[in-house]
Amino acid sequence: MSKKVAFLQGNEAAAHGALYAGCDFFGGYPITPSTEVAEVMSVELPKVGGKFIQMEDEIGAMAAILGASLAGAKVLTSTSGPGLSLKQELIGYGCIAEIPCVIYNVMRGGPSTGMPTGPSQSDVMCAKWGTHGDHPAICLTPASVQETYEEVIRAFNLSEKYRTPVMVMPDEIIAHMRERIVFPEKGELEVVPRKSPTVSPEQYKPYDTSFGDVPPLAAFGSGYKFHVTGLNKMQDGFPTTKAEIVQAEEERQVRKVDANVDDIVTFEEYMLDDADVVVVAYGSTSRSARYAVNVAREQGIKAGMFRIKTFWPFPDKQIKALAGRVKGIVIPEMNLGMCSLELERCAQGKVPVLGIFRVDGEPINPDQILEKIKEVK
Amino acid sequence: MSRYELRFSGAGGQGLITAGIIMAKAASIYEGKQAVQSQSYGPEARGGASKSEVIISDGPIDYPKATTVDALLAMTQEACDKYTHDLKDGGILLVDSDLVTKLPKGNYKIISFPIINTAKNDVGREIVANIVALGAMVALTGQVSRENAEKAVLSSVPEAFIELNRKAFSIGFEKAMAASA
Repeated sequence: MSKKVAFLQGNEAAAHGALYAGCDFFGGYPITPSTEVAEVMSVELPKVGGKFIQMEDEIGAMAAILGASLAGAKVLTSTSGPGLSLKQELIGYGCIAEIPCVIYNVMRGGPSTGMPTGPSQSDVMCAKWGTHGDHPAICLTPASVQETYEEVIRAFNLSEKYRTPVMVMPDEIIAHMRERIVFPEKGELEVVPRKSPTVSPEQYKPYDTSFGDVPPLAAFGSGYKFHVTGLNKMQDGFPTTKAEIVQAEEERQVRKVDANVDDIVTFEEYMLDDADVVVVAYGSTSRSARYAVNVAREQGIKAGMFRIKTFWPFPDKQIKALAGRVKGIVIPEMNLGMCSLELERCAQGKVPVLGIFRVDGEPINPDQILEKIKEVK
Repeated sequence: MSRYELRFSGAGGQGLITAGIIMAKAASIYEGKQAVQSQSYGPEARGGASKSEVIISDGPIDYPKATTVDALLAMTQEACDKYTHDLKDGGILLVDSDLVTKLPKGNYKIISFPIINTAKNDVGREIVANIVALGAMVALTGQVSRENAEKAVLSSVPEAFIELNRKAFSIGFEKAMAASA
């Protein structure tokens, strides 16, 4: 039997990806350019026994998904720039209380209300540094409709596996463009279940590190009683200020991601084997970059592309290796130089990092990238 | 690798994004080609210049927006003024002759007929002007067959409006053939 195909928008694909991953709770507040996710979820979730709730605002939506996740649900919220700002305090709560959840944020022009219908890539730093304090961060930046579907599934898997919030951040172009999508069969893609307790309710501690860096999480209402707080906590979930416990717990939370970078970080290498110039790109900008690299090759320039699929944790190891063997790095992005900072950090002054930064709501076109490729000597 | 670029432009609310989606769906789902549809519009729900772009190719499509446009539909004077600049030399320009009176200078293959009035008078409902325009664009560009385009139209509209849309598509196709002959 041939597979089911459809002609879908990135946002619609995201919602269907969430359903494939077993999402059974959506809490949201509509905001352009992410609203289609909520629209699809409101229609589809009730059909599979899930719950959809439109909250009073973005903060309420974030609180709702954290609560639902603690009750055992697989949860999603979708938003855009201003909504992401509002959610930040509770994203930190999700990090410290170690609550799996997926936040789908479509990047539009900012700051503040900015340009609701214009594309941008200016939330990538907010994905890591938006909430205060040291905390793990995972952020995926898909570049096609099919990939948006698949990356939302992977986001659910990572959030369950590492018991932490995970963000998926397409730019408005990817979120709103339509392409053909081929749906995988049930069972074809991996869906990671939550690690449940193997001990009795009396013996259960929500942050019991004898089970490793990612302790099993019981569902509220299943007979397991435990305390959840935003304060630094002990293994039983109650607050503490004991120096050695706080230090160890903070380090463990960050280590969940840091020690598993190779499991989390994904990327694509395009024509890099003999490249003198590498264009590093993510999201829709990588599509312009691929076009530009192809034209450069036709003109005899040895250009290639490193496409970031996982923005956080950042692909440090790969960029450091590239910086040691190319003559220059070109970074086109729809912000005033965010990924560029990370590339400079990894390049350690070994090669120049040339940026193309646009915040006018227009996409970066292939010609601009080609021009910059030619500046690398 | 062939890359064919279409732009459907006009005012918000004229259904041009829908027309673009149907064109891309015809190419991608029914014609066996690859297609990407994208759009840009202002914050207002109605009015304001709006455009929907469709890239059709035999192979994978990287850059999803237009570079040099092969065929452009302009349903308002504002859209025609704003979006003709990157229409390629010898490119196709389809306009509504009642609404676009000032035509751009340049070597274009210009086809004009009263699209909205055709929908109103010949089809019977102004609301299907976008499908009349789509029928015309399918005829003029030859990127998808008439049959596949019609399939895409009919699979995209509510059951009760199938006949209306079939008629709109057909009249648009015929009018464009006659106008360009």
